[in-house]
Amino acid sequence: MDYLEFAQDVIGLAMKAGAHEAEVYIQTGTEFNVQVRMGDIESLTQASSKGLGLRVFVDKRMGFSSTTDFNIEVVRDMVKTTVQLAKSASRDRFNGLPEVGPGVAAHLDLYDPMVYEIPAERKIDMAKEAERAAFEYDSRVKNSEGASVGTYEGMRIIANSNGVLYANSGTDCGISCAPLAEQNGEKQVSYYWSSKRFFSELDSPTEVGIQAAMRAVRKLGARKVQTQKVPVVFSWFVGPVLLGAVFTALNGDNVHRGLSFLKKKLGKRVASPVVTLIDDPLMPRGLGSMPFDGEGILCTTKTIIQDGILNLYLYDTRSARKYGSTPSGNTRRGFSSLPSVSPTNFYLKPSDLDPADVIRGVKNGFYVTETMGQGINVVTGDFSLGAAGIWIDDGELSYPVQEVTIAGNMLDMLKNIEQVANDVHFISTVVSPTFKIAEMTVSGT
Amino acid sequence: MEKISSLLREEALLPKDDIEKLLSTALSMGGDFAEVYIQRSQSTSISLEERKVRSAEARIAQGVGIRVISGEKTGYAYSDNLEMEVLLDVARVAARIAEGPHEKRHISVTAQLAPDYYKVAVDPAESPVREKTGLLKRANKAAYSYDPRIKQVDVHYADDERDVIIANSDGLWVADHQTMLRIMVRCLATHKGVSRSGSYGGGGRIGMEYFSRVSPEEIAREAARVAVVQLDSVPAPAGMMPVVIKGGWGGVLLHEAVGHGLEADFIRKGSSIFTGRVGEKVASELCTLVDDATIPNARGTANIDDEGTPGMRKLLIDKGVLKGFMTDRLNSRLLNIPLTGNGRRQSYRDYPIPRMTCFFLEKGESEPDEIVRSVNRGIYAANFSGGQVDITNGNFTFSITEGYLIENGRIGQPIRGATLIGNGPDILTKIVMVGNDLALDPGIGTCGKDGQSVPTTVGMPTVKVSEMTVGGTG
Repeated sequence: MDYLEFAQDVIGLAMKAGAHEAEVYIQTGTEFNVQVRMGDIESLTQASSKGLGLRVFVDKRMGFSSTTDFNIEVVRDMVKTTVQLAKSASRDRFNGLPEVGPGVAAHLDLYDPMVYEIPAERKIDMAKEAERAAFEYDSRVKNSEGASVGTYEGMRIIANSNGVLYANSGTDCGISCAPLAEQNGEKQVSYYWSSKRFFSELDSPTEVGIQAAMRAVRKLGARKVQTQKVPVVFSWFVGPVLLGAVFTALNGDNVHRGLSFLKKKLGKRVASPVVTLIDDPLMPRGLGSMPFDGEGILCTTKTIIQDGILNLYLYDTRSARKYGSTPSGNTRRGFSSLPSVSPTNFYLKPSDLDPADVIRGVKNGFYVTETMGQGINVVTGDFSLGAAGIWIDDGELSYPVQEVTIAGNMLDMLKNIEQVANDVHFISTVVSPTFKIAEMTVSGT
Repeated sequence: MEKISSLLREEALLPKDDIEKLLSTALSMGGDFAEVYIQRSQSTSISLEERKVRSAEARIAQGVGIRVISGEKTGYAYSDNLEMEVLLDVARVAARIAEGPHEKRHISVTAQLAPDYYKVAVDPAESPVREKTGLLKRANKAAYSYDPRIKQVDVHYADDERDVIIANSDGLWVADHQTMLRIMVRCLATHKGVSRSGSYGGGGRIGMEYFSRVSPEEIAREAARVAVVQLDSVPAPAGMMPVVIKGGWGGVLLHEAVGHGLEADFIRKGSSIFTGRVGEKVASELCTLVDDATIPNARGTANIDDEGTPGMRKLLIDKGVLKGFMTDRLNSRLLNIPLTGNGRRQSYRDYPIPRMTCFFLEKGESEPDEIVRSVNRGIYAANFSGGQVDITNGNFTFSITEGYLIENGRIGQPIRGATLIGNGPDILTKIVMVGNDLALDPGIGTCGKDGQSVPTTVGMPTVKVSEMTVGGTG
């Protein structure tokens, strides 16, 4: 099936059925995943999938449908339903497709042709190797939740009635490991993973296994600490928890509706001068890279917070029209969801500071390596999460800590970021180097 | 019932002959067990924001998942294309997990009837969209009318009707029609430059008749109330203190503190702290915990689980003593313990794993007022945004979105949202009072595990935990 042609056909059907504007988003993909545990395969999943989403506007009213069934009769019915659905939504003069015509999408090198070629046996061996490395790292690693290797190869297409038609293919590869360490009846699990567009760029299975084992073993003997206010160092592994919430607060729609702690802050200082936040959809081979967004707008790189000053909010087409701004080209979607403002490669700009030096600068504080819970309120900025990590005593990592919480207000936290290190690892769409916050409440006993 | 049996007729999604052919093909390389899971779902969702119906949405998803188990290994493959040629390929891919000799086995299946715990009077799929948008508008109006300080209201409605057919190489062939409905309201209250949010919702495996039991206005007013109450909130305290948890949604405490640790995959792997402890006292005598898939119209209820096992009620902890675990087929067989109908999956794209259905703490004898009165200084937790657990060390969190200080046995000032953290086995011994007011959550819970989200129900009477770490700043 030629999906490009199919996308345009569906738009034709929608216009004929009474849509004033129509947009089709198609996703197809093939996945492979192997999970091993204690040296043996536990599960092997292989599949191909596809889906189509149709968004229409009728008289500035929006309707949306999606299907995984491409049978033409089903699609015809769906088109009619979508137009009907639109008629039951409210008229909103800001609704509609972006006012951009066709352009040329950047080539970002997101597709690794090798992914298709690598035999399943090799992926299985790699997962086994990661787990084996975890066991070999330390005799206290006695059990495992398993290790896995997965690859995904996919294509996305967007077409709309303004003549926009883009397609791009990409691959994703990952390897992860989750060993259990045991000592005197205490059990601790941890995990580590590597994720890349290109298979050959993945961390070696040994490296993944060792990192995971090291993280599990260093949790052994963890205890609670007394409730106190101290400097808190977020490791690069947990920094994204704060950054992800900040990203939600940057959504222009949230801001203008009063649903963000960053409202009324444009052009103002919202973070310490060491904080620069960038969203870069054009990073070659970037995990979150995309040449065009979920509404068919060509993507651009943005410095959202520069040296602590808030430069811009992020808008989709409708909210940009409503609030007199321009669409940010930052929407992401699946075939079954509406486009929504999302991070691409969103990161805190690293400095040249070694993370060990950040820790050395703390007399008595908490190095956080794991967080738990949902206690982040983007409206108020209240931040309260379960945490585990290592206590810092006189600039040295001392003993493991668990069953405590860290709390503060995100605006205060951002303003109190005293140091940012150099260790950013692009293993997800939101990433961060290690950073230090001058003071937070650690609640324990 | 009629809908369910029609799924097993010849003209249904996939006829019997084809299902048998797929099962036979799936076992063509050997293997102990093969299963075909067929799903077709149709859903509607509607969003209302800023007094406008933002969008009306419909979704169709269909697919087939084929699983082969060989020893401890699972081969899984799926497709959203239901053509027989494609599905035979899918079966062959799943079959590869078994590297045994090629043997020809013919599998035949026999139709079996499932129980019916979710009778639906008015099918959402047959109810006009305008009727649904009407419900959202009513909720919207009620929220704004609740208090002039309510400045933003979002209402989200979703329904889903899913047909499922499950057949396996043991000869099982069973179907289910699963209706789900959910409405959520979120409000923002603003006063003198202070903004606070509140949300509430409801639903279950029920049709449009739900709204004659619970009105959209009721749900909206509750969301508005939480937002308005929060306007006067003070920072939550920090440190260890007694915590009284309101029943219903508060059951998230036990879902995290103990529920996940009783799921049999974690037991088989030895990663759960409850491994090997059946027969031991693991909680205070006040704790009797049940997972019950048969509660009429509850969100977590399952006529059959996603492996075709009939839903049932299981006593897991009886007066503090651990009685058993929640199993799917694989773990039940490998651990040689009873099959409990807890094998659940998000969709045809996933293979089933042990999950809770409706997990709750049985009622005790204390009056809720008496429980609050017993606390000199502590907090009262009334609404929650969710929780998380590390089942290996037992640490778990739950986050409160509406809470109050308790001072001298009285509920006092509202506090800002905060996360509470504890250790499961430890907290179970610290449940020192259990109320007589058992309630289930209003029907909006979703639980995530291994990347799969499934609807779930939690429940609990009012409970007092003698001490727990509260993650505030005050």
